[in-house]
Amino acid sequence: MTLQELVDFLRSLWGLWLMIFFLGIVFYAFRPKNKKRLESYGDIPLRDDDDKER
Amino acid sequence: MTHATMAHGVQRDASPYLEDVVKKFALAATFWGVVGFIVGDYIAFQLAYPVLNLDLEWFSFGRLRPLHTSAVIFAFGGNVLLGTSFYVVQRTCRASLFGGPALANFVFWGYQLFIVMAGLGYVLGVTQGREYAEPEWFVDLWITVVWVAYLVAFAGTLIKRKEPHIYVANWFYLAFIVTIAMLHLGNNLAVPVSLTGIKSYSLFSGVQDALTQWWYGHNAVGFFLTAGFLAIMYYFVPKRAERPVYSYRLSIVHFWALIFLYIWAGPHHLHYTALPDWAQTLGMTFSIMLWMPSWGGMINGLMTLSGAWDKLRTDPVMRFLVTSVAFYGMSTFEGPMMSIKAVNSLSHYTDWTVGHVHSGALGWVAFVSFGALYFLVPVLWKRKQLYSMRLVSLHFWIATIGILLYITAMWISGIMQGLMWRAYDSLGFLQYSFIETVEAMHPYYVIRAVGGLLFVIGGLIMAYNFWRTIRGDVRTEVPYEAPHAAVAGAR
Repeated sequence: MTLQELVDFLRSLWGLWLMIFFLGIVFYAFRPKNKKRLESYGDIPLRDDDDKER
Repeated sequence: MTHATMAHGVQRDASPYLEDVVKKFALAATFWGVVGFIVGDYIAFQLAYPVLNLDLEWFSFGRLRPLHTSAVIFAFGGNVLLGTSFYVVQRTCRASLFGGPALANFVFWGYQLFIVMAGLGYVLGVTQGREYAEPEWFVDLWITVVWVAYLVAFAGTLIKRKEPHIYVANWFYLAFIVTIAMLHLGNNLAVPVSLTGIKSYSLFSGVQDALTQWWYGHNAVGFFLTAGFLAIMYYFVPKRAERPVYSYRLSIVHFWALIFLYIWAGPHHLHYTALPDWAQTLGMTFSIMLWMPSWGGMINGLMTLSGAWDKLRTDPVMRFLVTSVAFYGMSTFEGPMMSIKAVNSLSHYTDWTVGHVHSGALGWVAFVSFGALYFLVPVLWKRKQLYSMRLVSLHFWIATIGILLYITAMWISGIMQGLMWRAYDSLGFLQYSFIETVEAMHPYYVIRAVGGLLFVIGGLIMAYNFWRTIRGDVRTEVPYEAPHAAVAGAR
């Protein structure tokens, strides 16, 4: 199998690659280690003071 | 930034953020909203009473219909999106708008010019006949310039942000800006007949042209009317509820699931056409999968209220926001269901589609916009509160009843229409002629137009409330009970 054939074959599985990428995002988002940090971003809109750029 | 720093030095309580342009967008959205609702209701009455086309081509349904759709989607919705995005990106990035007032004002006035050019074109019969992309090539080029300026202002603010993390609402706004640019360029590839003429022809033909159009059309729904307004939900619902979003991690998955799936759903507009069967099935499958991000997003928005549900009773603005999320869940449940081929064979080309679109457009898009505008107007004009919360509540109920009349009338009318079209008699002939279906639908057209009239009245109440709020008036009225004493004053 030439390199070109290999590339063509792998490219035809693009749906699978995107799915794996997406599952990676889900894993990243719900990994217990990231919980505290990610949930802390939720209060960004609640501390947008009027009178200064922070 | 120099502008902001200077203002900061001169006047102590002045905001470092550029809010003047957001005010203009809020006013423009209110104006175009009322105009778009009125035109829509006028053509709703035209369908019930055709005499209203006045036998003049400028008033014919074919010309006023794109005027209505563009006015509500691009003029009302667009001004809400551009205005709120400028507000939200500055606040959540803790940075004043990139490009300053000059760039922001170019985006504002350039966008209004686009609206006027497009609208005048429709009434005068200038159209390329692509649904939701009717403006001809020269208007398409102009909006491209404005849109790039918009992207520069928005992305530039993201780049100079002082908050390390980019808040999720900005992801949705950015997806909306970038994807709409891509769709606009792809769908409007056309060759003008001459450089001085207004007529152009699409680069594509046949089924390729149809698929390009619906790739655009459905993703305009997905990225203009959904992603953009989800950004509004992710900022204004937590802000108004004074609680962080229910699950920030769910919002990340919501975002990426929406981005990965929506772009494939367009072929469901072309079921049982010349489009290859596999492409139709693909569009249907991806539409069904959209249930997941839709409901994930709805749960995230609604659950933000958990522990503060009393605000539904005491804060009519919150009521608009929460009801909009409920309508989002409902219409994004209905949509995938209608994309199933067997259901679509009954629903397609009937009023059911029209009802579905309006449960999304009025219930979700318009209600979340009203909520955001009611929040923004007192904040932008530095008023302690709105002129009248009772009027907000009145607007809410009138508009909600209007929507319910609209969508129930269209469900009945559409399903009846579909069933009449497919009814055979004992000899195998079609049982009903087309005109018989039209006659049967007449009462529902009247009900729909009355529902629309209620929605228009609600819009006028809102405009009046804004006018009095901006003037600084406060109506003497019985206030809603404040669950936490501090809440009312903070507004």
